[in-house]
Amino acid sequence: MSILAFHHVSKTYDQKSIALQDVSFTVEEGEFVSIIGPSGSGKSTILRCINRLVDATQGTIVFDGLDVTKLGKRDLRRVRTKTGMIFQHYNLVNRLTVIENVLHGRLGHKSTLSGMAGLYTEAEKEEAFAILEKLGLTEQAYQRCDELSGGQKQRVGIARAIMQKPRLILCDEPIASLDPSASKVIMDHLSNINQTMNITCILNLHQVDVAIKYSQRIIGLTKGRIVYDGPADALPQSTIYEIYQSNKGELITDVEG
Amino acid sequence: MWKAESAGMRVNVFTRRKRLYTFTLLGMVVFYVLAAAVVEFNALEGFTALPRAVSWIVSNLVPTEKAFARLPKILGKLLETTLLSISVTVTAAVCAFFFSLLGSKTTRVSGALSSAVRMVAAFFRNVPDVVWAMLLLFSFGQNILTGFFALFFTTFGMLTRTFIETIDEVSASCTEALYATGATTMQTVFQAIIPSTMAENVTWVLFMIETNIRSSTLIGMLTATGIGYLFDLYYKRLDYGSASLVVLSIVAAVLLIETISSRIRKVIL
Repeated sequence: MSILAFHHVSKTYDQKSIALQDVSFTVEEGEFVSIIGPSGSGKSTILRCINRLVDATQGTIVFDGLDVTKLGKRDLRRVRTKTGMIFQHYNLVNRLTVIENVLHGRLGHKSTLSGMAGLYTEAEKEEAFAILEKLGLTEQAYQRCDELSGGQKQRVGIARAIMQKPRLILCDEPIASLDPSASKVIMDHLSNINQTMNITCILNLHQVDVAIKYSQRIIGLTKGRIVYDGPADALPQSTIYEIYQSNKGELITDVEG
Repeated sequence: MWKAESAGMRVNVFTRRKRLYTFTLLGMVVFYVLAAAVVEFNALEGFTALPRAVSWIVSNLVPTEKAFARLPKILGKLLETTLLSISVTVTAAVCAFFFSLLGSKTTRVSGALSSAVRMVAAFFRNVPDVVWAMLLLFSFGQNILTGFFALFFTTFGMLTRTFIETIDEVSASCTEALYATGATTMQTVFQAIIPSTMAENVTWVLFMIETNIRSSTLIGMLTATGIGYLFDLYYKRLDYGSASLVVLSIVAAVLLIETISSRIRKVIL
C-alpha cells in the first residue's frame, strides 16, 4: 500500500512565482527516493507540502490514508509526529545539549504542558540514549550543540527525527553543507534506518552521483514539473541534462570523464 | 579588448566614488555653516567658554563635608531608584516577550496582528519617557507610580522591538524544526525560542536597567520621587556640593550595574 500520494499538486507563492505545477507521484512504504533538480525547481516545496510547513495551492496529498491538505490543527500535529524532517542547516536549538535536542522529537506525542516544561519519562530518556549510541554520539550527549561539527549536528538531527518514531523521514539537502566523509556517514545512517527500521525516506539532493548510488528511485524536477520518475540505475545521462537544463560538459559530474 | 573596457569602467567607478565622498563632505560643511548662522551658534565662543565652565564646576561642584553627611540619605534614595528601575525593566521584559511573540515573523498569529504589535511598540518607544511622565502626572499625581509607568512604557516599547528582532534572527530555523516534529506553539516557545534567545534578551534587559537608572533620575525630578527629587532639592537650595554627590553616586551605581551585567553576560554566553 502506498504511504504517500501526490495528486495534481500545484503551489504558487504570492500568486506569482510558480513552485510546483501539477505534480503527481506515489511512494510505497519502505522506499528510498531521491528528488533531484536545479535550485528553485521546487524540491523543498514538495517536502514542505507533505508536513504542511508550506500549504499546497491545489491538489491533494494523501499520507497514510489521510488528505493532509484538509487537516485541522490537531490532526496536522498527529501527521507531523509521523513524519520526521532533516534540514540542510540541521535546525537544532544550538544552546541546548544534544540529549535535549533529541528529546524534542517526543514533543508532538506529549501534552502541551509537560512539553513546555521539558518533562520526559524515563523510558523516553533511555530511548534517546539508545538512539545516540546507535549514531555514535554517546560521548557528546551532554555537550551543547554549538560545540559540535557539522556531521555531528546532522546526526543529532537524525536522532531527533528517529525519536519521533516516524513512518516517513523527509531530508532537505541533508549533506549539502558537509564534507565528503561526513556526507558518507550521514547517507549510510539514512540508508541503514531505511532498511532496518523500515522507515520510508524522501531526500532532496544536489549530488546526482550520491542519489544514484543510494536510492532505489529518483524523481527529477525542473521548474516545478516532474521530468523523470523511475529507478535510479535506469536514469539516462540525457535525462540528467534535461533535468538541469544544460548541455554536455556544463555539469560538475561531467568533469571526471 | 574587454580588458581595456573593464579597466575604463573601473577608473570610472573609483572617480565616481571619490566625487561622492567630496560632495558629501562639502555638503556637510555647507549645512553646518548655514545651520550655525540660523541659530547664531559660534563654535569658537563655545569652546573658549569651556575652561571657565570647568573651573566653575571644580570650585562649586566638589562634594563638601556637609554633603557627605547626607550620604546615607542619598544612598537610600539611590537604592530605591535602582530597585524601581530593576522591577520596571523586569516587568516590562516579561510583558514585552509575550507581546513580541505576536510580532515576530516566526511565531505570529496573523500578519495584521504582527503589524499592529510593531506599531504599538514603536509608539510606546518613540514617546520620550519624560513626556510619558508629564502625561501620567495628570492621572497619578506626584507619585512613584507615575515614574513606574513612564519607564514601563518606553522600556516595554524598546524591548518588544529588540525581542522581535532577536526571535526572527536567532530562532527561525529551530522553530521550523520543532513545528515539523508536531510540537505546539507553546512547546516551541519554551523549548526552542526561549533557550536560543535567552542570552541576547538578557543582555538587552541588563542594558535597559542601566538606561532606566539614568532616566529615572530625570523623571524623579518631575514626579518628586527617588534620587531625582533629591538632586532637584539640593540644586534649588544652591547646595551644589550635595547635588554633585548625588550625580557621582548615580555614576557609581550605573558603573556597578554595568560590571555586574557584564559578569552575568559572560556566564550565560
